[in-house]
Amino acid sequence: MMDFFQHLGKETRGGFTKLGRGTFFLFYTLKGLFSIVVRPRLLLNQMYSVGVLSCLIIAISGLFVGMVLGLQGYYILSDFGAEETLGLMVAASLVRELGPVVSALLFAGRAGSALTAEIGLMKATEQLSGMEMMAVDPIKRIITPRFVAGFLSMPLLVGLFSAIGVLGGQMVGSGMLGVDEGAYWSQMQANIDFYDDIVNGFIKSLVFGFIVSWIALFEGYDTVPTSEGVSRATTRTVVNSAFSILGLDFILTALMFGDD
Amino acid sequence: MSQSNTQDTLVGLFVAAGIAGLFFLALQVSNLSSFTEQAGFTVTARFENSGGLKVKSLVSAAGVKVGQVSKITFDPKTFDSVVEMRIFSQYDNIPSDVSASIYTAGLLGEQYIGLGKGSSDEYLKQNSEIEFTNSAIILEKAISQFLFKSAEEKAEEKK
Repeated sequence: MMDFFQHLGKETRGGFTKLGRGTFFLFYTLKGLFSIVVRPRLLLNQMYSVGVLSCLIIAISGLFVGMVLGLQGYYILSDFGAEETLGLMVAASLVRELGPVVSALLFAGRAGSALTAEIGLMKATEQLSGMEMMAVDPIKRIITPRFVAGFLSMPLLVGLFSAIGVLGGQMVGSGMLGVDEGAYWSQMQANIDFYDDIVNGFIKSLVFGFIVSWIALFEGYDTVPTSEGVSRATTRTVVNSAFSILGLDFILTALMFGDD
Repeated sequence: MSQSNTQDTLVGLFVAAGIAGLFFLALQVSNLSSFTEQAGFTVTARFENSGGLKVKSLVSAAGVKVGQVSKITFDPKTFDSVVEMRIFSQYDNIPSDVSASIYTAGLLGEQYIGLGKGSSDEYLKQNSEIEFTNSAIILEKAISQFLFKSAEEKAEEKK
């Protein structure tokens, strides 16, 4: 019995300690922001591996999510004789929820896990300590550019995802199922508000980009420097990112779309 | 050098595509584009009850969008709802004696203002007021009126 409580206390304390380390880690990362201005090429290289390489999966997923929304939306809406509002349904669900959330989940799986594995392996092979020996700050040199790249890539990927999704929904809706193309767009334009929907979705994507990059980099930096540790850290990145994304999404939605 | 050059190009393409997607959402999907073409003039109309009319509700004539509602206020003296609407400036030849009614699009759809026919030689202009108005039909009122009426009829039959 005593063991159980001891274990519980240790775990709780460990969780708080880790959160504290993560917060300090975030401060140090943000402190290094100026180094981006001095060396923009570091950021550019990371934009490539974080952003460009995620483009394909985001674009293809966006297309299929939009197409499925078009199909499912059509089946439900046609029961009520409201097929014309398909455009509104597809665009609203993409811009408000699915765009930011699904791209963030994909981003965590595609780029977040890669970041954790990369940093974790750097730590396991003592490259990070090697840098410190050469008086190069690994946070400034390695972490900050990746963090900024993730933070900046996320809204761009979300924009890509939602735009392609809307086009995919249109392709299925008016191409296959015969919803009037003009009604598809006009219903969308009449009911999607720029500030309420698009800007709020954009803010969500910024928050998710921030949180996923932070978790991925911290898990990598905090990893136990063995191959097992790296594999655990990678798993934790994906799991924790998914939890934070979905939890934060609920909070953000309640804040943004609450009073209407 | 050439390897990093292609990398630069790809990053550039990625950023451009992302920004293009965001622009597409802003301009094509949302109502931002209809904000800009709002040049027009304001007319007012008093309704006994403006129902579920909202700011940015449609003002249509014969089914064509000619403007949108810009402000709805309550006049405590006359117990009217004063609706200000913006008519687009290309429709500057609407007769001044048109009627304005509040309709519902579909059974449960949004409410909008429909402009009826007019025959005056004078046209609506800035700050003019539409005199002939029909209020929104409130479903509960209509139902309760119907129920009262049928109850009365039954009572009379019993006599």
